[in-house]
Amino acid sequence: MTDAVILPQKRHATAVDYLNLMKPRIMMLVVFTGFAGLVAASSMTGIAIHPAMAAIATLAVALGSGAAGAINMWYDSDIDAVMTRTSTRPIPSGAVPREEALALGLIMSGVSVMLMWLASNWLAAGLLAFSIFYYGVIYTMWLKRATPQNIVIGGGAGAFPPVIGWAAVTGNIPLDAWILFAIIFFWTPPHFWALSLLAHKEYAKVSVPMLPVTHGAKVTRQQILIYTLVLVPVSLLPLATGLGGWIYGAAALGLGATFLAYAVRLIRSNAGDANAAGADMKLARNTFVFSILYLFALFGAVLVEHAAGLHFPLTGL
Amino acid sequence: MTETPDPAVPQLDAEALKARKRRNLWLGLALAGFVVLVMITTVIRLNTGIGVSERM
Repeated sequence: MTDAVILPQKRHATAVDYLNLMKPRIMMLVVFTGFAGLVAASSMTGIAIHPAMAAIATLAVALGSGAAGAINMWYDSDIDAVMTRTSTRPIPSGAVPREEALALGLIMSGVSVMLMWLASNWLAAGLLAFSIFYYGVIYTMWLKRATPQNIVIGGGAGAFPPVIGWAAVTGNIPLDAWILFAIIFFWTPPHFWALSLLAHKEYAKVSVPMLPVTHGAKVTRQQILIYTLVLVPVSLLPLATGLGGWIYGAAALGLGATFLAYAVRLIRSNAGDANAAGADMKLARNTFVFSILYLFALFGAVLVEHAAGLHFPLTGL
Repeated sequence: MTETPDPAVPQLDAEALKARKRRNLWLGLALAGFVVLVMITTVIRLNTGIGVSERM
């Protein structure tokens, strides 16, 4: 008896396939947080950036994110083909050849870094290059299949955009930029682990050591609560430095309390367990969806305060 | 005398040719966009003097 290898049926790629190769949903979050960092930097320091340069720098962040996504899909195409959730991606579905995805990722990496340098400075361009390397190589190739801490350490890749946005305006990286980094860094594990509670069987199938696979759903739910407990005070740090004002403070408190409530409900549930009820899995899904809303709303508050002249810091009152 | 197709060169059907044409069009547009963006940044840098001091 021989092992049958099911090759994907070849189909002709469309523009949408190439767009999907760049993970557009992740790209949206990356662009949004990067732009928020850029706007906050300009507002906090009084340094103006030419609107066209700001737009091109934001585009460079988007392209860099897409490049990293394409490299990730190139490397992970073997496991993507096995997992139901990812089997329709452009490479496993047979639309885009692997080598084309890699070429697209590498070319876009170069283009994005060059555009960033032209639109801003070498520091922002260097940070963008490093963040692509972080996601494409450190996370995808070294961590993802090696350790259950893959998401924790790999989360650094997604945390760079506001730092890049800040550096694009000012040419340096002050504490405020690193606080925005820390918010995304501590947000990533509870966000992704909520998803992995739903998809842990898929990860087990391809031997990716996600936390629910290696340590079980109960430990994962505990870790979600621990990271959320760290995230909430970290999200309040902008109030101490003056980066966040009243609007941000109210948003961070409300959103943080809701995220914590989800994490507490999750730890009391059986989400991810073999005997999990439909309601438990629905709770994990809702936590995942809320976590996306959380980050959008939190950085939206930063954006609203600094772009609309509504920044009234609490410090100095 | 008739030309025989080279067996080493894959023969594309009409649908594949159409898809290749579409891809080439997008590639052309992307390249044109890149050229325009480089031109815009260059003009702005020249007009505002960005990068002049750091290269001196």
